[in-house]
Amino acid sequence: MKPFDYVRASDAAEAHDTAGRIIAGGTNLIDLMKHQIETPSKLVDVTRLDMHEIAPSDDGLRIGALVSNSDLAAHDTVRRDYPVLSRALLSGATGQLRNKATTGGNLMQRTRCPYFYDTAQPCNKRQPGSGCPAMAGVNRILAVLGTSDQCIATHPSDMAVAMRALDARIEVARAGGGTETLPMDDFYVLPGDDPSVETVMQPGDLITAVHLPSAPTGHQTYRKVRDRSSYAFALVSVAAVVDTDGGKITEAALAFGGLAPRPWRDTDVEQVLLGETPSDALFDKAADVLLADAKGHGGNDFKIPLVRRTLKAVLADLTGVTR
Amino acid sequence: MTEHLKMDQVQPRLLDETEQGALHAPMPRPEGPLKVTGTATYAAEWKLDGMAEGFMVRAGITKGRFKVDASSVEDMPGFLGVYTDRMVRNSAQGTAGTNPVQPGDQVQYLGQPIAVAVADTFEQARDIALALKVEYTPDDDAHVVMDDSATYEDDDDALDQGDLDAAMADAAFSVDGMWTTKPHNSAAMEPHATLAQWDGDKLTVRSSLQMLNYNKHEIADSLGIDVKNVRVLSPYVGGGFGSKLGMSPECVAAAVAAKALGRPVRVVLHRNHVFETIVLRTETRQRVRLSCDAEGKLTGIGHENWQANLPDEGMAEPVDLATHLLYGGENRRYGQHVAMLNRPASGSVRAPGEAVGMLALENAMDELAEKVGIDPIELRVKNIPDRHPENGTPFSSHGLKACLEDGAERFGWSQRQAPKARREGEWYIGMGVASAARLNLLMESRARVTLNPDGTALVQTDMTDIGTGTYAILGQIAAEMLGIPAEKVTVELGDSDLPEGPGSGGSWGAASAGSAVFLGAKGIRKKLAERLGCGADELRLQDGVATGGNNRRPLAELMDGPISEEGHLEPGQTDDDFTQSGFGAHFAEVAVNAVTGEVRVRRMLAAMAAGRILNPKTAQSQVWGGQIWGIGTALTEGIEHDPRTGHVVNNDLAEYHVPVNLDVGDLDVMFIDERDDQANPMQVKGIGELGLSGAGAAITNAIYNACGVRVRDYPATPDRIFPHLD
Repeated sequence: MKPFDYVRASDAAEAHDTAGRIIAGGTNLIDLMKHQIETPSKLVDVTRLDMHEIAPSDDGLRIGALVSNSDLAAHDTVRRDYPVLSRALLSGATGQLRNKATTGGNLMQRTRCPYFYDTAQPCNKRQPGSGCPAMAGVNRILAVLGTSDQCIATHPSDMAVAMRALDARIEVARAGGGTETLPMDDFYVLPGDDPSVETVMQPGDLITAVHLPSAPTGHQTYRKVRDRSSYAFALVSVAAVVDTDGGKITEAALAFGGLAPRPWRDTDVEQVLLGETPSDALFDKAADVLLADAKGHGGNDFKIPLVRRTLKAVLADLTGVTR
Repeated sequence: MTEHLKMDQVQPRLLDETEQGALHAPMPRPEGPLKVTGTATYAAEWKLDGMAEGFMVRAGITKGRFKVDASSVEDMPGFLGVYTDRMVRNSAQGTAGTNPVQPGDQVQYLGQPIAVAVADTFEQARDIALALKVEYTPDDDAHVVMDDSATYEDDDDALDQGDLDAAMADAAFSVDGMWTTKPHNSAAMEPHATLAQWDGDKLTVRSSLQMLNYNKHEIADSLGIDVKNVRVLSPYVGGGFGSKLGMSPECVAAAVAAKALGRPVRVVLHRNHVFETIVLRTETRQRVRLSCDAEGKLTGIGHENWQANLPDEGMAEPVDLATHLLYGGENRRYGQHVAMLNRPASGSVRAPGEAVGMLALENAMDELAEKVGIDPIELRVKNIPDRHPENGTPFSSHGLKACLEDGAERFGWSQRQAPKARREGEWYIGMGVASAARLNLLMESRARVTLNPDGTALVQTDMTDIGTGTYAILGQIAAEMLGIPAEKVTVELGDSDLPEGPGSGGSWGAASAGSAVFLGAKGIRKKLAERLGCGADELRLQDGVATGGNNRRPLAELMDGPISEEGHLEPGQTDDDFTQSGFGAHFAEVAVNAVTGEVRVRRMLAAMAAGRILNPKTAQSQVWGGQIWGIGTALTEGIEHDPRTGHVVNNDLAEYHVPVNLDVGDLDVMFIDERDDQANPMQVKGIGELGLSGAGAAITNAIYNACGVRVRDYPATPDRIFPHLD
């Protein structure tokens, strides 16, 4: 580990330190520092700031950035109105990690691509321009959507996938002043030519909260497929909010984990479903749209048929179609 | 004095005559409270005055030469030194007793330990290790994939008995298939760690090792010093599973650095280093052929394997170990082909041979039973041989039939249905069975037993307890033999200055170290009988009182001071005259998700025949461990090597998936009552690896019974199941 300065921010102004790297739970950052994948010269600990509250907002729920994953999963309102989020949280990591990990930190966690973690290997995310050994290497857990020819890393969060389905917005206090509330697709940046850039966060910026809109109607679920029953990242996961009325699908919000560099949502998939009578054939059509541009790299080819099967099962469950 | 026994003939069943009741009792491990309260001191937890910290430097290329530039880091904070002298390529093989390959400036695999960086603090050492400038001259002839173009070392002595090809051609039913298994890591919870301390020429190594009687020689040989100057301390070992059989690379690195710096040096392997520099279980490809007549009587067995290792390791996974003795059939063919690759070295991981070999054999038996149209238990029972099917020796004891049949009854095997017949919602439910066999081994062992007049006793040996229950059972054996409560016995282990035991490995610990303790106590019994004036056969000892020849005296009256005897056991003729093996049967009930192919093990039963069970609690724990390893082997565990560099890609416990609690369903264990008179004077056989042999195959056979998908490529992750489902 590189020597670094440690500062505990006592107010927001101190947190907006453009020379510092923000640390909250540290469940990912400290590992990255030990491996010297990240080598901040200064850590700014924001855990004493007043961002621990989950509170009703004008149009839904405001989740403070420092709310732990455990507390968020167990929160009464979340369990009642946003069960997809509670389920997603509980499917991630372990009890110990969820106690420590925060809402803001979870959003900022980095990929688990094994080549990113091995500093003896090139990696365009770690060292832009050095190459991507994952493409022709061991890529079983890596992405099939939203990738570029520079990077096929996935975003590993479960929580963020549920939030994406719920149309969450991320509240960012900018270092230069002012606060923005960003939809998740505006917050996360696809790899493109420079996979080292993952979000629109700039030095000194601070995630202060996540906003959930009012509780959606219909049924919610989070389904995660993984190599073992716990403490494994998603091979694929589906967060779904679906409602039906009079035999037709009236609401559909679908987000996917394990597939892409960010929690993946494609509203075209939902458009296929809306207003239609649920059926196996319809679900296949939705999967066709989702996977139209999907591209495997050998070891992860299986994710494409696996997410189709998983999506269809989830839709069948939520719409009551007999399988 | 020494009580010596060479196991040339059957010994009386003394432990069925003694009356203390310390043995056969489910005694908890006496060191357990220390471990769960964090007060047992593991290797990395020792602290010595002036101690410096080392961090290993790994090679960044697959093959070639390297040169480190220590000047590149000497100005860094805390820098004390960078050392490359005598660095070993990887951990020593089990029972090697000599130095591992010391490749000098050669790199032979990516991740090889090439230097140790030493500093005042661990963080500084790690920073220096990562910053160290290393100049490489790569070779372009590295080979990292086990394909046709690799160089193979073949076993020219592999058995070829009868004519298997003809048997296959004439068979009423046959199976001919290719199975693959990925490499495995032992994944012991405690990483390897060493604290080395010199006092003049004398070196003390506090490390986490399984076999001090070999390890002290490996360390001395690697350092070029006299073994008399080496003392190894491993009182507590946080899991071994084979990974600590041989001395690990940081032992040498710490000793070299400590010598150069004139102060103690501690080196703890990072988990990534454990995955790279400690021997792993090779990947395998296995061809299994079975042929039988119309009734299911086997006429032929073939079991050939392909595997990988670094050159000069002198170890190959004995994939066909159990196949030689498990089933009859006159035509038999084996073959072993070891690819020489530039990848981390292969060596012993729990149940070398059976852990992977039994997957293929027992899957093939399941397939054959289906073809013949008989129950897989019936097929197995029908083919149990009367004698070893190749060398003709009789079996010392044989509990396979009882395990299969009694186990079937306890498990509810009769409820098993046809594939895909049982479904609960999204889940297919199925049952599977597999045989278990593990060759029983006995090793030369010594132990010192001391009985005090106050009715306490001391047992001393350099044997280790790697979480298996050695402390418990050695104390129980001494207590039983000496007629005192087990809590009155203190057991000292893990110090190479103590009498040489067998080390923990090969499932021989309880039988070998236990017999040495048994013999030491037997020597004491002889002396007590003399003092009491009775024959040793007449002596009865219970609760500190000796009875015999119409005399009854408390030990305190009989003894004027401590009596100390060394027990010395050697394997003998019974090993040559008989085939000795533990046997068992594994049963599994699994659920397979019809959508995703995810598999959940709902329950397992292991029926085990392993001779006398010394302590049903620790024995059960060993079998549980085997069953859980079976789950990992069948479903989740597999090292991925990069196809270009050969390095271990999933080199941590986040991506190398050992089973978690939630993966483990209800585990049931039953022991078949047995005494193996040929095995040793206690009639016990090994249990540590038997519980793994075949366990994974029961699970994959259950997968087939559940959903109709045959698994031949391990582990059976969801992507290997769902494509074959509707």
